[in-house]
Amino acid sequence: MQVLMQVLNGLQLGSIYALVALGYTMVYGIILLLNFAHGDIIMVGAYISWLVMAQLGMPPVVAMILSVLGCTLLGVLIDKVAYAPLRNAPRLSILITAIGVSYFLENGAQLVFGADAKVVPAFTDVSTIQLGGASLSFAAVATVVVTAVATVVLTLLVQKTKLGKAMRAVSEDMGAARLMGINVNNTISFTFAVGSALAGIGAILYTMAYTQATPTMGMMLGTKAFVAAVLGGIGSIPGAVVGGLLVGFAEVIVTALGLSVWKDAVVFLLLIIVLIVRPTGIFGRTMSEKV
Amino acid sequence: MAMLSVQDLHVSYGAIKAVRGISFEINEGEIVTLIGANGAGKSTTLNTVAGLLKPESGTIEFDGASIAGVQAHKVVQRGLALCPEGRRVFTQMSVAENLEMGGYTRSDAENRETLERVYDHFPRLKERRGQVAGTLSGGEQQMLAMGRALMSRPRLLMLDEPSMGLAPILVEEIFSIIKQLNESGTTVLLVEQNANMALSIADRAYVLETGTIKKTGTGAELLVDDDVRKAYLGG
Repeated sequence: MQVLMQVLNGLQLGSIYALVALGYTMVYGIILLLNFAHGDIIMVGAYISWLVMAQLGMPPVVAMILSVLGCTLLGVLIDKVAYAPLRNAPRLSILITAIGVSYFLENGAQLVFGADAKVVPAFTDVSTIQLGGASLSFAAVATVVVTAVATVVLTLLVQKTKLGKAMRAVSEDMGAARLMGINVNNTISFTFAVGSALAGIGAILYTMAYTQATPTMGMMLGTKAFVAAVLGGIGSIPGAVVGGLLVGFAEVIVTALGLSVWKDAVVFLLLIIVLIVRPTGIFGRTMSEKV
Repeated sequence: MAMLSVQDLHVSYGAIKAVRGISFEINEGEIVTLIGANGAGKSTTLNTVAGLLKPESGTIEFDGASIAGVQAHKVVQRGLALCPEGRRVFTQMSVAENLEMGGYTRSDAENRETLERVYDHFPRLKERRGQVAGTLSGGEQQMLAMGRALMSRPRLLMLDEPSMGLAPILVEEIFSIIKQLNESGTTVLLVEQNANMALSIADRAYVLETGTIKKTGTGAELLVDDDVRKAYLGG
């Protein structure tokens, strides 16, 4: 029973990391940008949920829709305002811009909402579900299911749809994609929209589990998801999921052993080991630099 | 009226002037080639016509409408496709997916039809349609790049160095396909370092040198021109 609980905990935490890592990996895949503001988009999603439910007293389903929608729009807006003008700039410029956007969102949230944590109300009264005599946390089960569905949908989108193929084409060779008649800017915007929508879903699942919104909550979450994406091989969808689960399980195991103060250290140690042994990550392929 | 008319085109990369006031025309149904040494501005010219680069000054008219400075993805829609230098196929996508991307601006029904035609010209692509493009040989990749460009149903097909890095026998094959495509109604603008081959299939040719046009004439004329022979045909 104890073991089953821990496995479910690992799956839940890992799934959240996986969702966030998917967003990271998609944006990296298409414009080779580590979007450091990605974690902060989740923070904004959490505040939207809080705002809609706790302040405006609207039902949870409205909060969910507005969180996902708000994150999606924010992601596209960030790309248009901050990254698109730098499309032909050196990669370092756009990386630094991403860090700037991250600080802007964190400090902006602190200015607007204050530094203290806001409690996000529960999305549902159901707290456990019964499964074959075992009583499982509803949030955990929902998180795992939603992540699994999101991963399948995302994979189908990228592999099978015209837009998904255009994303892969842009990711490989922007100039050649243009020659095909693909509108590169729209394709990149779409990628940001999808990645940020996943962040919005991540925000809901995260606040289901931890019920708090703080201005800096996206920082550690984003960093862990980044580690997950790199572990799995950045740019790879299955890599992001496996990396997310690995990071989640590592944290849960360390915590279960009573060493919870070490859990962050263990995650980063995992990253260091992978970078030494297999720098491209588990599913990563060696990419030749584009000239 | 010429199908494509380029007048006094100037293109720069930062401070470097790559094309300095070139003018040329292509009539419907022709094969026209731009020949010249490395760095003469041939690829720059094609890339500018295709919309990948912005001209500094000058006019580019296709079917009488200006396309100077029009973005590349919109140029394709007008019926003008560029098969770029170095092929630039999507190496991680399958042959079929590459072709599908070529038909990005066209409807599914149109693409089904065009695909049959492309497979007729390049039977090898049909055999390998499920294969990842990166695993194709150089010649097959060139065929894929050309097939991909054809998927947009261009009226003017621009080919940038289609023979580059290919064995002589494959060069022959590629050029005979270019000839076929032209005979089936596609106008061709060909940029080549292999001047001999290019001139032998071209109706007309322009010789580029350091960003300007040095000479023009029919393919047959330039093949026997002393200056051209010395500079580009190895004597």
